[in-house]
Amino acid sequence: MSTSTSRSDHQLCDRDRELILATQGGLPLVPDPWAELGHQLAMPADEVLARFQRMQETGIIRRVAAVPDHYKLGYRFNGMTVSDVRDEAITELGKKVGELPFVSHCYRRPRHLPYWSYNLFAMVHGTSRDEVENKAQQIRELLGASCSGHTILYSSAILKKTGLRLRK
Amino acid sequence: MRLDMADRQLIDRYQRDLPVSERPYEDMARALGLTEEEVIERLSALQEQQILSRVGPVFEHSQAGASLLAAVAAPDEQMDLVAARINRAPGVNHNYAREHTYNLWFVMTAPNGDILEERLDELEHHLKLPMLRLPMVEGYHIDLGFDIDWEALP
Repeated sequence: MSTSTSRSDHQLCDRDRELILATQGGLPLVPDPWAELGHQLAMPADEVLARFQRMQETGIIRRVAAVPDHYKLGYRFNGMTVSDVRDEAITELGKKVGELPFVSHCYRRPRHLPYWSYNLFAMVHGTSRDEVENKAQQIRELLGASCSGHTILYSSAILKKTGLRLRK
Repeated sequence: MRLDMADRQLIDRYQRDLPVSERPYEDMARALGLTEEEVIERLSALQEQQILSRVGPVFEHSQAGASLLAAVAAPDEQMDLVAARINRAPGVNHNYAREHTYNLWFVMTAPNGDILEERLDELEHHLKLPMLRLPMVEGYHIDLGFDIDWEALP
């Protein structure tokens, strides 16, 4: 597999950037979205589709999706669980936490001692605080003795939320 | 928010792996036993109601530029002011208030790593608050959605 090579070799050209700008708010909801985009971008429909597929292959497009707004769906409680996990164990445990069906993101981030001692972040959503608490407890149990500190940062307000916005 | 079975299936099945084919909505319709027109109507309605934030690509920040999660501990009485200043800074695309000493958590983006550093330095300078910079070191599960438990929703 030479995925990493092709990823780093891939340069975004202007036509790709135009296509990102045209689709970052969503695809046209019409039977032939590529023709519609082609019309906007003065590009043949098959070129639009081919460029889009190429950006998927190179990883610029991470996924193509009907992206739900979890808050609107009823997941009113969003808890960022943070844990202090032994460095030697974090890669293995991070993967396990990431596989839990209710975890939407899971990352390792640096500690900033003495202010910040947590290095594993996992995002959990729930319809109540109890539900988030319960899911966080499952994470804590999975981490076991490798975890020496754990807390949940509940979100109290969404002050800004937009997808990636590419600017010219 | 009560959704019927077809809407639930649309979200469950296509919160990842939406087909990138010549006629994506027709392919989705075939998989779900709907018509192309129904799929388009349902997706449009769900988008209109903002249950779907969009139907389309999710871009990889690290490929299209640089991004970083950062946090500051704003004094309670200055929280609104600090939050507004963060939201005005170029490149900020998420900002959440959270219940912690570090009470404002935001994602800063930029076309490349150098500009990202400049933007963070400038914002930190303006805020006069030390900023916790938390770049991703390893990703174990990167925003692929999660299984929705429809029965548990209000």
